[in-house]
Amino acid sequence: MGKRVLVIEDEPNISEALRFILTRNGWMVEVNADGHAALDKLAVDPPDLLILDLMLPDIHGFEILRRLRAGTRTSDLPVLMLTAKGQSADRAQAERLGVTRFMTKPFANADVLAAVHEMAGT
Amino acid sequence: MSFNLLVLTCIGYVILLFAVASLAERMAAEGRAKWLRSSTIYTLSLSVYCTAWTFYGAVGYAARSGLEFMTIYLGPTLVFVGWWALMRKLVRIGRENRVTSIADMISARYGKSNALGVIVTLLCIAAGTPYIALQLQSIAESFTVFVRDPDALGLSTNRTLIAFWVAVGLAFFTIIFGTRTLDANEQHHGVVTAIAVEAVVKLVALLAVGVFVVWFVATGPADILTRIDAQALPEWQIQPGRWTGLILLSAIAIICLPRMFQVAVVENTEDRHLATASWAFPLYLFLISLFVLPIAAIGMEMMPAGSNPDMFVLTLPLHLGQDGLALLSFLGGFSAATSMVIVAALALATMVSNHIVVPLWLRARAATRRDTGDMRALVLNVRRLSISVILGLGYVYYVISGGSGALAAIGLIAFVGVAQCMPALIGALYWRGASRNGAALGLIVGSVIWFYTLFLPSFGPDTLLPAQLMSDGPFGLSWLRPYGLFGLTALDPLLHALFWSLLFNALAFCLGSMLSFPSPIERVQAALFVNIYDRAGPARSWTRPMVEAEDLLPMAQRIFGPTEAQSFFRMQAVAQGKQGYLPDITPEFLEALELKLAGSVGAATAHAMLAQSVGTAAVSVEDLMAVASETAQIMEYSAQLEAKSEELSRTARKLREANEKLQTLSVQKDAFLSQISHELRTPMTSIRAFSEILMESADMSDDERTHFAQIIHEESIRLTRLLDDLLDLSVLEHGQVQLKIGSANLRELIDQSITASNSVKAERHFDLFRSRDTEDIDITTDAGRLSQVFINVLSNARKYCDADNPSMTIRVQRRGPMIEVDFIDNGSGIPRDQDALIFEKFSRLTDSLQAGGAGLGLAICREIMHNLGGEITYLPGQGGAAFRVSFPQVLNARAPDDAQARAAE
Repeated sequence: MGKRVLVIEDEPNISEALRFILTRNGWMVEVNADGHAALDKLAVDPPDLLILDLMLPDIHGFEILRRLRAGTRTSDLPVLMLTAKGQSADRAQAERLGVTRFMTKPFANADVLAAVHEMAGT
Repeated sequence: MSFNLLVLTCIGYVILLFAVASLAERMAAEGRAKWLRSSTIYTLSLSVYCTAWTFYGAVGYAARSGLEFMTIYLGPTLVFVGWWALMRKLVRIGRENRVTSIADMISARYGKSNALGVIVTLLCIAAGTPYIALQLQSIAESFTVFVRDPDALGLSTNRTLIAFWVAVGLAFFTIIFGTRTLDANEQHHGVVTAIAVEAVVKLVALLAVGVFVVWFVATGPADILTRIDAQALPEWQIQPGRWTGLILLSAIAIICLPRMFQVAVVENTEDRHLATASWAFPLYLFLISLFVLPIAAIGMEMMPAGSNPDMFVLTLPLHLGQDGLALLSFLGGFSAATSMVIVAALALATMVSNHIVVPLWLRARAATRRDTGDMRALVLNVRRLSISVILGLGYVYYVISGGSGALAAIGLIAFVGVAQCMPALIGALYWRGASRNGAALGLIVGSVIWFYTLFLPSFGPDTLLPAQLMSDGPFGLSWLRPYGLFGLTALDPLLHALFWSLLFNALAFCLGSMLSFPSPIERVQAALFVNIYDRAGPARSWTRPMVEAEDLLPMAQRIFGPTEAQSFFRMQAVAQGKQGYLPDITPEFLEALELKLAGSVGAATAHAMLAQSVGTAAVSVEDLMAVASETAQIMEYSAQLEAKSEELSRTARKLREANEKLQTLSVQKDAFLSQISHELRTPMTSIRAFSEILMESADMSDDERTHFAQIIHEESIRLTRLLDDLLDLSVLEHGQVQLKIGSANLRELIDQSITASNSVKAERHFDLFRSRDTEDIDITTDAGRLSQVFINVLSNARKYCDADNPSMTIRVQRRGPMIEVDFIDNGSGIPRDQDALIFEKFSRLTDSLQAGGAGLGLAICREIMHNLGGEITYLPGQGGAAFRVSFPQVLNARAPDDAQARAAE
């Protein structure tokens, strides 16, 4: 039984790519485009790892991160943040909020897999 | 002449007048024919003073009392020649404050008090009723005199019935003449022109009869003078006291009569016209009175004993077999009567609607908190109804008074009634200490005395007042007799009433003014009226506004209609150097708005409506310090200071706005770059990820491989489109675009745009409201670019309109050479603080609305419309998101040059 990863991403093509490479690598992948729904789910049943987009339609990625770190069951959850904006100010802000890894889009598939393995300790 | 023929002649004449009025109105609307507002027309319109009373009654008056009839002309002559300064001040104040009637004038001066407006309105109606009755009587009488058709004898001798139909006809005529549209400043070009025509007709008619009498009946002026001497009666002696009183009375009447106020003040457009009228109007009066005495003398000599001298102008030519001349004379009298009734009814109806009905209606609506809707139709209908009621009252007076009594007596009763406005009016112009309470007190006291000593007794003993009361006084108190108040019996009833009513009126006015403390707004208005020639107003009537322009716009729309209101707000915004439809709410703006409202509904109502909207921001005590402590020096100094500080604050505001704009632009530039980065990286992410997948995996199915390739393909198209948009925008912004100008049909263009935009969120159903007929306009423009804008606006609505049952209204209207297409949805619209930003690049309002596209759409639309010589703007306050696309119906090829010039700035 592989480890579980949740992807919060509103661009369907990007989430499909992530699902494909992670599944092939042995992960159980769940995708959610809706930030609020994802938050509810995370509070009840946190996965082993979270991949989080920064710009979401309903709620900002930073806000999701802030709430996760404030929650009891998700304060230590490994979070990989992906962003297309790639400004240094965003990286600093993410680190202040306790992100585990921060990567800019477009990414190399191999880099994502390496980061995910490292974060999950596998 | 047969009865039917005479009726047909009258109707034909009225139709001719109506044609003149329509033509004048149309020419005025098109801005042609400056002569319509010339000194000549103005002077001729003043002749509405000369009613049927002048036309028929003056001769009767002369037959009874000799030269005394001249007093009725001497008073106005004195005013126009001697009191020219007073008239000029009156006219200037009236024009600058957009006064709509004498009631409005008095109400505006005394703190925009509606109570005063109501008092003056009621007084004017009471005084105007006998006067209108007089016109009905004279027309009815002239009919019966003229018709010698035995078949119609039954009808033609029934004067009451004739008077009834004359009243109905005149009401109908006045309504279609005067209430076709609600004019912003109550000016009626058509009516004034028709009145001027009637002025000429009545003058020509009277002169013709006079010339006939002097040179054809008599043998010339010398012969006439001896024949006048032969007819002289003992009553023809000049009575100095009575002459003075009557001259004073007619002088007051020319200023205070509602119809005179209407033509002299409300319809005045330039001071210059008054200057001409100051000699031309007395000349007119001189000409129209020239032959009165000869006609009277010859009439008395030749007509059978017992003939009514009031009808000599008509009966004398008939008696001498001059039927053509008699018909001209009949038309002259008809003109005199109709012009008076039309203007008087119009003036009174304006007062009734502005001071009684509209305020009551507004109050009722405010109490029930209901929306006030479009008020223009209401105001017009109220005026129509008022005209009917006023003419109805005139008819009732005619029936009750029995149509008896000499014509002149009835006219003079009305004169004394309106004279009650004089103290308040003079005080309004010259006495800053005059107060509302004083004016109200004076008006009420004067009116009551007039009513008791002249109006009620005028019906004769035992009609409205018991005969016993008239001879012995109420409760046997002889010093309270209507004709002998305080034991004064030496004067005849008319002068008696004039003396007591004006004396007590003036006393009450002065005393009331000195004993009461005027409110702040009264002080402001007093300064404004008394010092009308000092350009710099000392104080403003609005301070510290606490209202948004968006709240005032709907109110203005209800009074002026949406088009007019929006263009007014826009002009004000432009004058303040702002963009969009909403100006800053400054005291200056509120004053301009109030003035415009006052032109439609009167000063008191306009002030009340604004005060209701603005809250407690009307004049404060601090503002009055300026009024209280002013001297000429201080005023001049402060005016200079004010001008300077106004200029400074204007410059400061411009600088601040420029600075804010720069800051916004800088922030926008950063945001733009960051957005570009995001928009470019997103498709590239998919492309890179899937191409890596394709490269690494040999063990994929063909289906999977195809699917991934498809995604890469889609995303590269998305990337290309984004780059195209950016390039498009850049080209448009720098005006380097090549327009493909050609003919197109607007309706087809809208049809195509709707079809094209339906693919966005195709599952949503929109109710469409269009007026396909008005859309059918042929245009010359770059149709492709224009439909690009339409599609964008329509697609945005499909994406962002958040109503459960979304709908889209498309409205097309022409404005001069421009065409406006409004797109209005029923969603929650765009928040107030953000509607200025939506046309900027990447200014999607919130991330939650990131429904697709890169946020360049409206920015591109804006640039396209600039290139098409038009614009796209956001319309606030329409109940949903509303965009107005306006463009010239025919675009000439030079437009891109302008865009280039703009880009080069």
